[in-house]
Amino acid sequence: MDQIGFLEPRPAVIARRREIVADLLDLLPPGCLVHEPRELVPFETDAFVSYRRLPLAVALPETTAQVAAVLKYCNRYGVPVVPRGAGTSLSGGAIPQEDAVVIGLSKMSRILEVDYANRTATVQAGVTNLNISDAVSADGYFYAPDPSSQLACTIGGNIGMNSGGAHCLKYGVTTNNLLGAKLVLIDGTIVDLGGKGLDAGGLDLLGLVCGGEGQLGIVTEATVRLIAKPEGARPVLFGFDTSEEAGACVADVIGAGIIPVAIEFMDKPAIEICEAFAHAGYPMDVEALLIVEVEGSEAEMDAMLASIIEIAGRHGVKVVKESQSATEAALIWKGRKSAFGATGRIADYICMDGTVPLGQLPHVLRGTAEIVAKYGLRVANVFHAGDGNMHPLILFNANDPEDAARAEAAGNDILRLCVDAGGCLTGEHGVGIEKRDLMRHQYAEVDLDQQMAVRAAFDAQWLLNPSKVFPLEGRPAA
Amino acid sequence: MTPIHEPLSEEAAARLVQVAALSRSSLAIRGGGTRGLNAAPDGADILSTRGLTGIVAYNPAEMTMTARAGTPLEVVEAALTENRQMLAFEPCDLRGALGSSGIPTIGGVFATNASGPRRFVAGAARDSLLGVRFVNGKGEVVKAGGRVMKNVTGLDLAKVLAGSHGSLALMTEVTFRVLPVPETAVTIVVSNLNDAEAVAAMATAMSMSVEVSGAAHLPESVRGRFAGGVLPDGAATVLRLEGLAASVAVRAEKLAATMASFGPVARLDADLTARLWREVRDAAPYADGTPRPLWRVSVAPTAGHQLVAALRLETGVDAYYDWQGGLVWLRMEADPEAALLRRYVKAIGGGHATLLRARPEVMAATETFEPQADAVAALSARVKASFDPAGLYVSPLIDRKQGA
Repeated sequence: MDQIGFLEPRPAVIARRREIVADLLDLLPPGCLVHEPRELVPFETDAFVSYRRLPLAVALPETTAQVAAVLKYCNRYGVPVVPRGAGTSLSGGAIPQEDAVVIGLSKMSRILEVDYANRTATVQAGVTNLNISDAVSADGYFYAPDPSSQLACTIGGNIGMNSGGAHCLKYGVTTNNLLGAKLVLIDGTIVDLGGKGLDAGGLDLLGLVCGGEGQLGIVTEATVRLIAKPEGARPVLFGFDTSEEAGACVADVIGAGIIPVAIEFMDKPAIEICEAFAHAGYPMDVEALLIVEVEGSEAEMDAMLASIIEIAGRHGVKVVKESQSATEAALIWKGRKSAFGATGRIADYICMDGTVPLGQLPHVLRGTAEIVAKYGLRVANVFHAGDGNMHPLILFNANDPEDAARAEAAGNDILRLCVDAGGCLTGEHGVGIEKRDLMRHQYAEVDLDQQMAVRAAFDAQWLLNPSKVFPLEGRPAA
Repeated sequence: MTPIHEPLSEEAAARLVQVAALSRSSLAIRGGGTRGLNAAPDGADILSTRGLTGIVAYNPAEMTMTARAGTPLEVVEAALTENRQMLAFEPCDLRGALGSSGIPTIGGVFATNASGPRRFVAGAARDSLLGVRFVNGKGEVVKAGGRVMKNVTGLDLAKVLAGSHGSLALMTEVTFRVLPVPETAVTIVVSNLNDAEAVAAMATAMSMSVEVSGAAHLPESVRGRFAGGVLPDGAATVLRLEGLAASVAVRAEKLAATMASFGPVARLDADLTARLWREVRDAAPYADGTPRPLWRVSVAPTAGHQLVAALRLETGVDAYYDWQGGLVWLRMEADPEAALLRRYVKAIGGGHATLLRARPEVMAATETFEPQADAVAALSARVKASFDPAGLYVSPLIDRKQGA
């Protein structure tokens, strides 16, 4: 298996490194540029840790104007730029390279305004996802998208990747909860898209920027929707003897017109890993577990649960366990949300993110098991079943290059399986470098050409996060 | 007579666009022709989706449907109703207000991003659009997105095509999310609030854990034209709750108790609720058979009534509010007052105003859509060029004068 490639660093940029650093030092206040090689190391990768490249320098601007100044400079001198939030990308979206200036938004981490009458929060891009919910929680509100990394990941990064989370089944992903953004274009122009209104005039450029993986510009501020917290929420555990039964149960619940706020799936290896870590009280004598969360008034939760339990019964559910307290409910979610971290304690893993139509879940689960077995590896499945967004964690030993190559090959086979089942390569983690070279499996040349033409409308020189998303060969000349 | 092209297949549409590109002619895309906006400008042919019809795939259990762009909306809705499902974003039918005829199409719904009262909880049309097939300005057939709920694979072209009003490409096929029809619905009516009080009451309702799925304020001037005149005297502030019957009953009690501190409270049953919100959605009070200018204005929810109050001091207006006050349906007595309106929209924090109806000569002299800031307009023009380099598709959304 070949390593994922990066664009060749531009020799002209590498040659001018010292001048570029000196110029950027002039553009930024003291303490806002990292350029000593030793200090650049923390920025060499993100959560896709198999790949590491040192950047040329890291700019840590404090204002939108400084972001604009750095971008304008880089545009003028043809210097690639890699935007960075908290560096939690699972697809390598924030991995830099030797000729690139990283623009990190960590110093822009203020909540600028909370407006309850309009139910919006306007925040700087470096604010963490959880900070928004924490800031409004006491007043009865929350920000809905909740990626597992929400403690660390930033809203700017969420916008870049159009992040999801467990509760998106009901509330939607980032793009459905984003009302406005301040965007700095590669030439330093600052544009305001959207606002506090529920829709904006003109073309929906915000809809392109969200999920643009930092290739269309850098978002420095965002206005997001706040939602009133539900009266109550109750996660319930459903244990099954087979993954197929659990998968079929999910399809039937949704098909019956019941939309819980979340339906999470874990197979036996995932249950064991998460239970050992979180002691959440997961049943250990089942092959597959669903965490179904319902919310609302007691009456509503009871009615919904009764229907779900009835459907689960038809699929041979073995264990139904309701959380009896807020503490128990929190533990159930802690186990689920720490799945990646807990897995990391017992093995190296790569996490896939394909999404498939619900009816295909049993087929794809079976296929995944076969693929992983073929490569002689193990897999733990833990994912958002309600919207078909699968996360097989392929376990391997990173110290064994052959094992690592097998894991990568198995992952690619699984993603092809997802696409062939009518799904897509990535539901919420983004393409980054990880899935870049599989894009032609999902899209025809003409489809990719159209996307690249739109990309070029924002960044004609292909300076923004240039090694990502689109296969390196077949790109238009900049 | 303006030539009208009605290709019967996607391939035929693509060939037609290729020929038009060679001859450097212009095309104005038309769906059902219900908006009255797409009278083709000088020299442009009409490219109609009328020949591209049919539901391609519908899997109720997966809650997605794929249909060709020219499929009548009523065909889509009939298939959904059979399975107790719906388009959650409640596309409006403005034929009454616009005095237009024609059959609304599913492609037109997405091309205009038509989105109704459930906007807060179900999003807009763009939020339900999962995938698109389209013919770009080079005559290439392109696909974007897919048929799954969560998909971040590459640029989200479906988003920018939704609401693009035919300015970028000819959508030939759309795949969208559908949702179950709620078991029941009820409307809580709070009477006699002025606009400002109503906005405060709606904000309070939306802050509660009762999941309001519609919040509109119908001032006294329009109240009688809703729900067959059964709403109590005085302005009516209306709040919709939907869901399982047991749950709706509990939530309605809770909401009514809180709203009682704002004004007298009444309730509408499920049938009247369905009728009322359809009328709110469709600007029914302005289906008045007149050409008096009609605007759709989107601003922050708390700003809508400020805008109307400011306008009232200078001109004759009538208005009602959806989206908790943020969507203003505004009828001018005489002149559209575009400059005045747009100045005030800016002054109250920004938003956008779309002129939906006026005498033809007034329509022609007024910018239909909100003019964009220069940098945004330039960027939009570049995005248009990336779909349609020769500027083949004409649409009032992107003025060709702004071309890059």
